[in-house]
Amino acid sequence: MIVCITAKGEGAEAAVEPRFGRAPYFIFADTDAGTFVSVKNELVDAAGGVGPRSAQVLVDHGATVLLTGQLGGNAATALKAAGIKVYSFGNAATVAQALEDYTQGDLSEIL
Amino acid sequence: MKIVVASGKGGTGKTTVSANLAYALARRGGVTLVDCDVEEPNLHLFFPGESEEKGVPVPVPAIDPERCTLCGECGHFCRYGALTVLKDRVLFFAELCHSCGGCLLVCPSGAVTEVGREVGVVNTSHPLPGLTLVSGVMHEGEVLAPKVVAAAKEAAGEEGRIVYDASPGVACPVIETLEGSDFCILVTESTPFGLHDLDLAVRAAAALGVPAGVVINRSDGEDETALTFCSEHDLPVLMTIPFDRGVAAVQNRGGLIARDLPGWEERFAELWVEVARRCEVRA
Repeated sequence: MIVCITAKGEGAEAAVEPRFGRAPYFIFADTDAGTFVSVKNELVDAAGGVGPRSAQVLVDHGATVLLTGQLGGNAATALKAAGIKVYSFGNAATVAQALEDYTQGDLSEIL
Repeated sequence: MKIVVASGKGGTGKTTVSANLAYALARRGGVTLVDCDVEEPNLHLFFPGESEEKGVPVPVPAIDPERCTLCGECGHFCRYGALTVLKDRVLFFAELCHSCGGCLLVCPSGAVTEVGREVGVVNTSHPLPGLTLVSGVMHEGEVLAPKVVAAAKEAAGEEGRIVYDASPGVACPVIETLEGSDFCILVTESTPFGLHDLDLAVRAAAALGVPAGVVINRSDGEDETALTFCSEHDLPVLMTIPFDRGVAAVQNRGGLIARDLPGWEERFAELWVEVARRCEVRA
């Protein structure tokens, strides 16, 4: 399973970023292989439409779960249509911690 | 002759100048007044009347699921996020689409066709003898204001005297309004904010090759900074509207000073004559 976590930097120890579409990085964690792939978000400074475009990035990377802080309406529509489940990472400070909390079933589903 | 009434910022009196100028011209051979402030049109409040409505459609993509291979080209091309390519279908966000037609061009399987979508309307009315009012009205939540501006300008035609009331600021809808016009009246007030925004508007008009002049509104009689700015930028001051009780009282009840106060109809007619004279000098 591929889980995407929005982050301020690269790697598993990066701090999480509460914004979805304008998060600096998307970290794709492969829970079966135990690997992390960091993808720089090219849309940070884009004028608009970042929600659906970020959802497209998740679809392209095969993510089925997203851990983030908050979502806009268009992003929610796109993620829902794509069948990607979204959870709020709550108090987790790092990417690794958020993933750990998710696997423990401690995160609340927001979409 | 086509002239634009613009201002750098909102609330400077742009609509006051357009409405009064149109009133004076309606009584002198006729005028077409075009409300190009499509996000917040308000000229119809000064000139109520029965209007005829016409939709403004823009082309948006329709995707044929039979032909679409979900290759993702359209979604990656669209910089506005209007198309998201999922595993089993393409999601279209109509209100994000800028009608550029790029998705149609990049689709390798010919799955994209264009259909019309209404983003606003143009209302045309004849509220006074000699006055045709054309108002562009953008639907709520839409982004394509320039398309509605262009449709309103088209509905107004090219004949006779035309006054375009632009939206505040110098963004795309104002550029669309200025395009192809003969002259631009810039309304300002003698405040630091007013002058800063006037500076931007002057540059926009100059970039499009539209000659401009200034109307100072709400003047307290101490307009040195505005006058200095105008002389430095070679801008004629065409008219000054004082900040006094009589003018304010008429404005506050939504009236027209050209109709309700003696002398003002003539002053607005003279403003037009002055603008016409300057357009001929240029030609």
